[in-house]
Amino acid sequence: MKLDVKHILKTYGIFLAFLLICIILAILSPVFLRWNNILNVIRQSSIYGVMAVGMTFVILSGGIDLSVGSVLALSGIIAAGAATAGVGIFGIVALGLLVGVLCGLFNGLMITLGKITPFVITLGMMSIARGLTLIYSGGRPISGFEGAFRFIGGGFILGIPFPIVILAVTVLIGWLVLTQTRLGRYTYAIGGNEETVKLSGINSNFYKTMVYVISGLTSAMSALILTSRLNSGGPNVGQAYELDVIAAVVIGGTSLSGGRGSVWGTLVGALMISVINNGMNLLGINPFFQLVVKGVIIIGAVFLDRLRDQAN
Amino acid sequence: MEPVLRMQGISKSFPGVRALQNVDFELLPGEVHALVGENGAGKSTLMKILSGVYTPDEGDIQLKGTSVVNAGPKAMLDAGVSVIYQELNLVPHLSVAENVMLGREPRRAGGLIDWKAMRAEVKKLIAQFNLKLDPRTPVYRISPAYQQVVEIIKAISLRSDILVMDEPTASLTGNEVERLFEIIRQLRSQGVSIIYISHRLEELWEVADRVTVLRDGERITTKPLAELTVPDIVRNMVGRELTEQYPVTEIETRDEVLRVEGLTKAGVCSDVSFAVRGGEIVGFSGLVGAGRTEIMQIIFGYLKRDSGKIFIHGKEVDIRSTRDAVRNGIALIPEERKRQGLILGLSVFDNAALAVLDRNSTFGVINFKKLSDLIHRIVETIGVKTPSPRQLVKFLSGGNQQKVVLSKWFVRDCDIYIFDEPTRGIDVGAKVEIYRLMQSLAQRGAAVIMVSSELLEVLNMSDRIQVVYDGRIVKEFRRDEATEEGVMKYALGVAGSVA
Repeated sequence: MKLDVKHILKTYGIFLAFLLICIILAILSPVFLRWNNILNVIRQSSIYGVMAVGMTFVILSGGIDLSVGSVLALSGIIAAGAATAGVGIFGIVALGLLVGVLCGLFNGLMITLGKITPFVITLGMMSIARGLTLIYSGGRPISGFEGAFRFIGGGFILGIPFPIVILAVTVLIGWLVLTQTRLGRYTYAIGGNEETVKLSGINSNFYKTMVYVISGLTSAMSALILTSRLNSGGPNVGQAYELDVIAAVVIGGTSLSGGRGSVWGTLVGALMISVINNGMNLLGINPFFQLVVKGVIIIGAVFLDRLRDQAN
Repeated sequence: MEPVLRMQGISKSFPGVRALQNVDFELLPGEVHALVGENGAGKSTLMKILSGVYTPDEGDIQLKGTSVVNAGPKAMLDAGVSVIYQELNLVPHLSVAENVMLGREPRRAGGLIDWKAMRAEVKKLIAQFNLKLDPRTPVYRISPAYQQVVEIIKAISLRSDILVMDEPTASLTGNEVERLFEIIRQLRSQGVSIIYISHRLEELWEVADRVTVLRDGERITTKPLAELTVPDIVRNMVGRELTEQYPVTEIETRDEVLRVEGLTKAGVCSDVSFAVRGGEIVGFSGLVGAGRTEIMQIIFGYLKRDSGKIFIHGKEVDIRSTRDAVRNGIALIPEERKRQGLILGLSVFDNAALAVLDRNSTFGVINFKKLSDLIHRIVETIGVKTPSPRQLVKFLSGGNQQKVVLSKWFVRDCDIYIFDEPTRGIDVGAKVEIYRLMQSLAQRGAAVIMVSSELLEVLNMSDRIQVVYDGRIVKEFRRDEATEEGVMKYALGVAGSVA
C-alpha cells in the first residue's frame, strides 16, 4: 500500500509537529535532551496540563471556562491559609479542592439552570474568584509551609517529580472517564448536539454541570501543585492562565465547537507550549518573542484542524 | 423548441462510488421537469454539477447553446441557474426584504443602505405573486411555505430562468402545497424552467410536464408524465415491482398502553385526549403547525404542559422531563432527524447507544462488551447500511440516518413509540422498511403513534386516525371509514361548513 503522506500529516500533524520541534531543539541545544531538562519541561507543563484536562471536558461539551486562573488563585490562597494555620495535609488538600469544586458547581448551575452562556458566567466567576482571593489575603502573599504540603509540588516518587505523577494520573483518569463512562460519552454527545441528547431521555443539565465541576477540580489540583512548589499562595498567581490552558486544548486538536477531541491531544498541546518556552530560553531568544511564537502555533494548530475537517 | 439547458453524457465518480454514469438531461423553456430517484440515485450530484459546485469527470453542459462546463457556482448563478435547497438558505433574523436582496442591497450616497428602495423592490416582487407578505417581517416568523416563497422571490430577483427545487413540499401541508403549485405554474407561464425534485410522486402530475428517473447514477427514462402512472415511476426507480408499498399485517390489539386526558398548553393545544392500545398504530393527521408535534413533545416531557394527565398501563405517571418519559417506556423519533434525532459528528455506535448507556453501566462505567453485542444485533436487524458501526452518522444517507435513530430506540425496548414524520425525505425502498419496522413494534405489543403529513401513509398504516386542527383533536376515524377527502376536510377545519 502506498504511504498516504497527506492523510498522515492531517491525522497526526500535531504529534509530528511536536516531534519535529523536539528534534530541532535537540540539535540546536545540547542541554535540551538532558534528563533534568526533560523533567523540568514536563514539570512546568504539569500546572497547565492538569487544568487543561478539565478544560478538555468543558470544551468537548461545547462550552468554555474562563475562570480557571482565578479559581486556581482562590484555591491556592485558601490552601495556603489553611497550611499556615496548622491544618493537616489532608485538610489542606480537601479544602483546596472543595473551593475549586464549589466554583465549578456555581458555574455549571448558572449555565444549566440560569441558562446564561458559559462565556459570560465564567467571565464573571473569573472576576469574583480573583476578588475573593484579594479579600481573603488582603492583597499579600501567604508563605511558609510545613514539610508534608511541600511534597505536592516539590517531592519525588522513584526519582520522578510528584507534579509529573499527578499530571500523568490526571490524564489517564481523564482518558478513562471520557472513553469508558457515561459522563464521558455524554460529554461528547452534548458537544455534538445537545438537543438530541435531551430528546434521548438524558438529564443533560446534570452532565453539563459536572463538566464545570471537573474543570474547577483540576484548577484546584493545579493550585495545590503551584502553591506548594512556590511555598507561597499569592493573590496574583494564575493571571491569564486560562489563555494557555485553552491554547493547550486547542493545539491538541479539540474542536472549540465541541464534540471532538481527546486528552492525549491536550497533553501534547500542554507539552508543546512548555517545550517551546524552554527551547527559546535555552537558545537565549528574547522572551517577548515567545508570546508571538505561541500565538503563531495556536493559529497554526487550528489551521491544521481545519485541514483535517476538510479531509473528512 | 431549443432547450435552455442540455447536459450530455455527464459522469462523475467519488472515491469508491460511481455517482453518475453517462447521464443526459434536457430542460425546455417554460418546462417543469421532475427529477426522481431513490436516495443515492444521483439527483443531488447532478444538480450540484448543474449549479457548478461539482465539476463532472466527463460530459458537457450547454446553457442556451453555450458550453458552460467547469464554470463554477458564481458563473452558473450569473447565467441564471438558481437552486433552492431542501434546507433553506435564509438568515432567520433578517427581514424578508434583506434576505431577498442579500449582498445586493441598494445603497444611497455614502454607502448607507437604501431601505426604502429595498422594500419597494421586494414589495413589487411579492405583489407579482399576489401574496400577503410584509417585506419587513423577520424570516423566522413566517411559515415554511412562505420561507420557500422568499427563496423563489430571491431567485426571480436574480433574473434566474432555471430554477432547481429540491423537495419543496417536504415540510408543507395540503393548502400550502397548492399555493406553491400555483406559484410554480405562474413561473412556468412566465417562461421560467423548473427542475422539480420530489419524493411525493402523486403530486408530480399536478405540476410537472415531464419526468426523468435516475437509478444508481444512470438515467432510466425521460417521458411526459401523461404517459406514466405512479406504479410505472416506482418500477423505474427501484427496478422491481413494489407490490407492497404499504405492507399489510393483521395485528391483534391488546390492552390499553397509553391514555392521555385533557392535555392542555396555552397557545399550543387544548383538551387533547386519546388512548392507544398495544399492537395498535394510531396516526395523527393535520396541517403543519396544528400542534401535532407539540402534543407529542408534551407527552415525551420535552415541553411543559399546563394541565392534563398521562396514564401508562392504566396508572397515572408524572412526566416532567424526557428522562421521566424514557423511564416510563416512551420513545420519540423526532421530526427533525439531523437536529433532534442524531449527533452527526459521532459514530453509528455512539448514536445507537445513546439511550441505553444508563442500563449498561455500573456506577457510571460503561459495560462495552455487553453493549456492543446488543447494538450490533439491533443495527443489523434494522438493516442500517454502514461500512462499520464506527462510521460517522453524517456520512450516511437520509434513510440510513433514520434507521440509526430507530436503532437507538429499538435497543431500548420501549412500550410506546412515537414517530414524528418518520419517512420525510426518505426514498421509497427505505420507507417500506420503516413501515415494516413500525409494524414489528406493534406486533410485539408496543403502542405506536405516527404523526405524518403524508396522507396516504397515514391512511394506509394506521388502525385509527386522529385529526388535529388548531391544537385540538377534531375527529377520529377508524381505518375502514377514513378517506383522503374526509381526513383532509377535518384537517383543514372545513368539515362543518361542507357537511
